[in-house]
Amino acid sequence: MINSPEPQQSDPQVDPQPDQPFDFRALAERHGLAVSGARPTFTAYLRQLWGRRYFIEAFSRAKLTSQYSQARLGQVWQVATPLLNAAVFYLVFGVLLQSKRGVPDYIPFLVTGVFVWTFTQTSVTAGVRAISGNIGLVRALHFPRASLPLALCLQQFQQLMFSMAVLVAILLGYGIPPTPNWLLVVPVLILQSMFNAGLALAVARLGSNTQDLAQVMPFVLRTWMYMSGVMYSLADKAKHMPEVIQVLLTLNPAAIYLDLMRFALIDSFHADQLPPHVWPLAVGWALLVGGGGFVYFWMAEETYGRG
Amino acid sequence: MAVAEPRGDSPTFGAAQEPSQEPSAASGSTAEPGERVPTVVVDGVHIVYRVHGAAPAAAPGAASKPDDAMGHRSLRARLAGRKPQFGSVREVHAVRGVSFAAYRGEAIGLIGSNGSGKSTLLRAIAGLLPTEHGAVYTSGQPSLLGVNAALMSDLTGEKNVVLGGLAMGMSKAQVREQYQQIVDFSGINTTGDFISLPMRTYSSGMAARLRFSIAAAKDHDVLLVDEALATGDRAFQKQSERRIRELRERAGTIFLVSHNQKSIRDVCDRVLWLDKGLLRMDGPTDAVIKAYEQATAR
Repeated sequence: MINSPEPQQSDPQVDPQPDQPFDFRALAERHGLAVSGARPTFTAYLRQLWGRRYFIEAFSRAKLTSQYSQARLGQVWQVATPLLNAAVFYLVFGVLLQSKRGVPDYIPFLVTGVFVWTFTQTSVTAGVRAISGNIGLVRALHFPRASLPLALCLQQFQQLMFSMAVLVAILLGYGIPPTPNWLLVVPVLILQSMFNAGLALAVARLGSNTQDLAQVMPFVLRTWMYMSGVMYSLADKAKHMPEVIQVLLTLNPAAIYLDLMRFALIDSFHADQLPPHVWPLAVGWALLVGGGGFVYFWMAEETYGRG
Repeated sequence: MAVAEPRGDSPTFGAAQEPSQEPSAASGSTAEPGERVPTVVVDGVHIVYRVHGAAPAAAPGAASKPDDAMGHRSLRARLAGRKPQFGSVREVHAVRGVSFAAYRGEAIGLIGSNGSGKSTLLRAIAGLLPTEHGAVYTSGQPSLLGVNAALMSDLTGEKNVVLGGLAMGMSKAQVREQYQQIVDFSGINTTGDFISLPMRTYSSGMAARLRFSIAAAKDHDVLLVDEALATGDRAFQKQSERRIRELRERAGTIFLVSHNQKSIRDVCDRVLWLDKGLLRMDGPTDAVIKAYEQATAR
């Protein structure tokens, strides 16, 4: 540390001698020092992430409760927000535009669609800003960065649980009987959560060093929503369209998860309204986007936090 | 933690300054006998910030002005009437080729004017900022002392202690174990049950005390402290300095960024002087601070 007793300003760096540069790399290697901030291997990354599971959980719950903590009604908004959402859509599409033609049990159909779609939509919206919106945290502390988009997805999932409670109340109030089919909600939710998480991770990487994606995202999401049959029966609307488009529409993952949820919950929504191969498609999308998004996010792990 | 000790001449200081007393444990197995064990090796590190949508200043060379180094000044640049160019990316070269090795048992201060790259270098050591050229090698995981970014003002102090502890990588059990100590150290509850109130209701001093207490609850291999000593009232500052010294005893190496030369003198035995992203001087605390004071007095 002290190579010369009185360092002079003209000879600023004491450690490396000017004429024979000190080999810092060799010193580091000799002592087995590792490169700081290097990307961990994939399995090490998974292990780190698992080690941070309590942080992910605490972070998502903190976000959820702080959201309405300054509101007079407080946590009532967890339930009131989805209700108001459904009411607005009912007013526009049920009353004004009469989309309910041909759809039995239109209100349950609509509310299920809105809630399930909102889960995907808010996961993506939160994902885009997961890194860029928490840059202070990323620059201050060490943790696998995937914790952030995953925590935000978990927050949206918890939000969805409030919405599902509202949905069950609406379904029962509408006279729709609970059937064993309701159990299908669990696999559908798991698959949709995997899909959403993967998508959130992917857009988190894309949006990590620019705000531009966050600006475009609302428009992309709105387009996607109208193509997913949230407010109307997609099968009815697509009848007179070219077959290519019909096939493409049935491949839309958002529509797949929506329809499966309706099939699970609403007894007048029959299996023949589902597109062909719907379960394999639902599983395929979940694995492809869930796994792919995670790997894609991990591949840039060491670059998050750059200004 | 509450034991008062004389400032400046704590016994651990002398011991840490004697390199030959360092045991060559763990990673030192391949080291020559008597060689000091490096904990952080910074090898020719360059760090570049990229600022989107900020046109370069009219004057050549102004982009490298130290004031711009943290990327915080793009707004000011805009207000100064420069038209931002569409899609332009401006590069700010915050650290330009710094090399040094830090050894186990050292406490190293970083001094320099605002924007000289001190905090940036600290973040690079922590592995939180990618380097443009060069590399930072470390043994163990260097950690910044600071959890401010993880805390949420809408949450109660209680929940923030848990969230902050988990964010720093403590386990659930560790958080539970340390909880009372953190609260006691912060002194938040001495005038009432404030820990169960949202942090936004705290005075700035109270919030700063709680933040420091959470951050200082964990032991680290390599500890990086960025201006954390200037929080709270005089009594709490003394208490924090004591805690920093305790952490130092347990940490392999400690880095301290501060504009308060007194706390640098109290804690550090070696000082790096950064100037415009370059390492201007590296040596014993007294010599470097003296040279720095001479240079800045002009």
